[in-house]
Parts: sequence; structure tokens; C-alpha cells
Amino acid sequence: MKGQVWKFGDDIDTDIIIPGRYLVMRDPKDLAEHLMEGLDPKFNEKVNDGDFIVGGKNFGCGSSREHAPLALIGAGISAVIAESFARIFYRNSINVGLPLLEAPNISEFLETGDEIEVDMAKSVIRKISSGEEQPFQKLPDFMLEILNKGGLIPYVQGKME
Amino acid sequence: MSMTMAEKILAKAAGKEKVNAGEIIMANIDVAMTHDLTGPLSVESFEKIGTPKVWDPEKIVVIFDHQVPADSIDAAKNHLIMREFVKKQEINNFYDVNEGVCHQILPEKGHIVPGEVVVGTDSHTCTHGALGAFATGIGSTDMAMVFSTGQLWFKVPETIRFEIEGSLKSNVYAKDVVLNIIGKIGADGATYKACEFAGETVSKMSVSERMVMCNMAIEMGGKTGLVEPDQKTLQYIKNHSYKPYTVKKSDLDAISMEKMPLDVSELEPQIACPHNVDNVQGISEVQGIELDQVFLGSCTNGRINDLRTAAKILKGNNVNKNVRMLVIPASREIYRKALDEGLMNIFVDAGALICNPCCGPCLGGHIGLLGPGEVSLSTSNRNFKGRQGSADAEVYLSSAAVAAASAITGKITAPS
Repeated sequence: MKGQVWKFGDDIDTDIIIPGRYLVMRDPKDLAEHLMEGLDPKFNEKVNDGDFIVGGKNFGCGSSREHAPLALIGAGISAVIAESFARIFYRNSINVGLPLLEAPNISEFLETGDEIEVDMAKSVIRKISSGEEQPFQKLPDFMLEILNKGGLIPYVQGKME
Repeated sequence: MSMTMAEKILAKAAGKEKVNAGEIIMANIDVAMTHDLTGPLSVESFEKIGTPKVWDPEKIVVIFDHQVPADSIDAAKNHLIMREFVKKQEINNFYDVNEGVCHQILPEKGHIVPGEVVVGTDSHTCTHGALGAFATGIGSTDMAMVFSTGQLWFKVPETIRFEIEGSLKSNVYAKDVVLNIIGKIGADGATYKACEFAGETVSKMSVSERMVMCNMAIEMGGKTGLVEPDQKTLQYIKNHSYKPYTVKKSDLDAISMEKMPLDVSELEPQIACPHNVDNVQGISEVQGIELDQVFLGSCTNGRINDLRTAAKILKGNNVNKNVRMLVIPASREIYRKALDEGLMNIFVDAGALICNPCCGPCLGGHIGLLGPGEVSLSTSNRNFKGRQGSADAEVYLSSAAVAAASAITGKITAPS
């Protein structure tokens, strides 16, 4: 995975990711139009397919809305990298096929605009300009398998066949 | 071997003698609740899985509360999806637009009893730990799996047991206690942990007050809130439910339990300031902040005791002309009680606006939204940026008593 970094702070909550008034929608593309709009109304226009969101601690705190990871997927975000994640958001993201990477001190390592490459096999994040690397916590094998299938439902369907 | 209450309930649900914190288990689900806003995604995922029938329609509860009555064609379409699902799957436990907020309806209609595992596609499902159930919020895909199989995997959580002692001063409530805890340990202070509320102060609290404590467990990152069942719990269950139950209590020497003692005897009313629930101040630090809206209601503080507290303060007073006050009872039953007790007359006479039982402005997607630059004081549970409307509005959180006193003055005010 390769793309540009968009950095946010600590405690990015689900109302920031996708405000409650848009939860009547379910299509990831429709939701993506309002991604992070409370912090940056034009965020969806700036973000490109394959980009990364970087956060501090407790990313995704708040509601159980699966619309939050769906909006990130709709905007083409390839993974969220943060120092820690809130638990419902974490589970929902894996379930819908959005990789979440836990990396200590990542907000000190990366800035908005950095081009990075994520190596899932080696569990490292590499800055393309300098070649510097930072490790992230390896995901458990069953979560990787769910992500590789594109989420929990295709994973379960695969098991049933 | 010693176990926490959370471990004991999950062990039972997994059909095991014992489980340890950190262990991954597959639990049988006793109650699965979904609502009008996250339900359609759950149904969509359930249909993708392709199981023709849900595992047990009697264990599924569907409640409309977030956008009731429908405020847009999209909301009406979501309601149609859910009504069709309920009919097709022969789900009897269905509460349409007229009943109230899911976390009041579940216990009020007898769906919650001690010792069971409750999941809901709403993060405040942790409320039901107040009755001694293991209750937690999940996403729509997880709910689709529950609909199909009746099971869900959990990592058994560690427990933080808050041992709360001291008599609360007058005009200090459960909301102030839990806000104080969140302010102390932070929005991620209990991530992935069961938050058990114990001690003399909690024993003295009513079941409604305990629901306030457990409701806010998610605001410190908790997986669930819990209170050990006692006589008050069992009386509540007797009045509301016919379901059999088992009472589980923590062994105090359980190794996965951390204890946190707190003395609340000197606590003053607490206010969570914008834009995080852990940004908590004593009211004396924020008194006088001017308000545009006051919201009394929600799954945190929309119960009859909250309405009684607020009505007592508002009686014979007017809502300040610069403020609009929204009063939203959490259920039809509470609405009825408030009418019988004359509380609604007090609110109407004071100039408050009474809305139908629903989540109201709390989710920022239905009624009572804030415009740019506006300031709200709310008895609900979240004050995130943009939570109640414009991202340029500010939300402060308080108890019902502070909300009522502040509605009279138009500023954040401690009740006297």
C-alpha cells in the first residue's frame, strides 16, 4: 500500500469521522462526501485513493456506527494508522475490511503530506522520501485473513462454501 | 478460582466453568437490539450472509428512536426496511416510533435481566449493566452475525472496579460522579475494560441513577458498565420482567480486577466542556457561560427522576427568553407518568418545548440541531465537535438539575 498521509490528533471520534445527520445513508461513496467535514469541509475533495489517515490515541472513540469505517473506505483510504484505537471502531473496521494499524509514536514520525508505503508482511511503515521505517503491531492471523477476504461477511461466506 | 462479574457472565454464555481476562470466547447472545439508524446496515449485512431466518426472533428487539417520527424520506425508507424485516422474520419485540429511547425501552419492557449477555448496535448499550447484565455495543456486521448464528466472539475484558464512597451533597447526582471519573481517567482510561461501579454511594443510588453511571462507561472507553445486583435491582426486575435470571457478583480477589477508590462527599456539580467528554470541570469553573439551548432528555438523563428533579427547580419560574429548552422524556411510559404527576404542566408553563420520546438532538441528526456559534447545555452523554448539529457549535454536558437551573438564568448555573 502506498499513498499520502493526512494527520489528525488524539480522540478523533465517530461524529468527526461522519456526523450523525448523514447516518440515513449507507453507500460508502455517499458517506465519503462528508468524511471529516467538521474539521475540514473539503476533505473529501483533497483525499486520493490509497491515502492514509494517521491519528494519535483513542482513534474512533464514540458511537458504534459502522458508517464511520464505511465512509473511510468510500473515500479510498487504504488504512488508518494510530497510536491506539477505540474498541468498537476497531472491530467494525476489520469487519468491513478496513486495515487499522497500531503504531506507537506514529504522530511524531509522520506529517500531513508525507508519502508512505506500508509493508503488511514486514509490519513496517516506510517514508518514501527518506526511507526511514517505523514498525506497527502485527495483526493476528485471523484478522489478516478477514482483511484479505475484504471483511467478515465474505470471510464467512468463503468458509461456508 | 476467583472471577470478576464480567468473567462469570461470559463464562456462562460460553458454556465454560471459567474464563480469564484476555481469552477469546464464543458467547451465546441472550438479547440482540438494533434501532432505526444502525438497523438497516445490519439487515443489509444479514441478507448478504444469506441465512434465510434469524437464529431466534424472540431474542431480537427492534426499537425506533433516533429519527422518530421520520424527518426525511431517507429516514422513512430506513423505517420501511426495518418494518419489513420485523414482519418477515416474525420478530414480536418491535417498538415503532411511538415508544421511546432504546436504552430505556429495553429495561422498561423487561428485556434486561441479570446474568445475561446483551448486544446492541448502539454504543450506549453498556447502560444495561446497571441491572447486572453484560451489555455492550457492537457494529452492524457483528449484529448480522448474531442474527444468523446467535453467537459472537469476545475478548474477555479486565475489570476496573470503582469503589465509590461518601454521601453526595444536595444537587449532586450520578451524572456528576461519572463525569468526575471520566475527567480523572480520560476518554481512553478504561479502554476494553469492564467498568464496575460499587461502594456505598452506588448502593444508595436508584436503578435509574445506576443506569446513568453505566451509560457513560463507553465515554471512558469501557466495554461495559456493571453494577452488582442487589435488592433494588431485583425489585426492578420483579416489576418489569418475567424472564428467569442468575445473579453474578465479583470475587474481590479476582486477579483481572483493578480497584479504584473514590470519595465523592465533597464533589460539586460537574460539567463536561467542549469538545470531549473527559474535558470535565467543577461547575464553579464554568458558571456564567451563556447558553442558546438546554436539552433535558436522552438515554442518560431522560428518566422520570430526572424530569422530577428538573420540574422541582423550574416550578414557578420561566425559561430565560434567550434560551430554548427542550424536554424529551425517554419513553412513552415516562411521558405518561410525567403527565400524571403534573410535571409536564410545569415545563409548559415555564416555556419549555416538549418533544416526543426519542433521542432528540443528542445524535445531531433529528430535531433541535444547533447552528454555528450556538452553545448548548445537554443532559446527554456526548459533546463531540458537531455532535448536536453545526461543527461550530459548542455542547456542555451536565445533570438534569444543572440543566433546569441554567434554563432559568440562560447561563450555566449551579442549582441552589
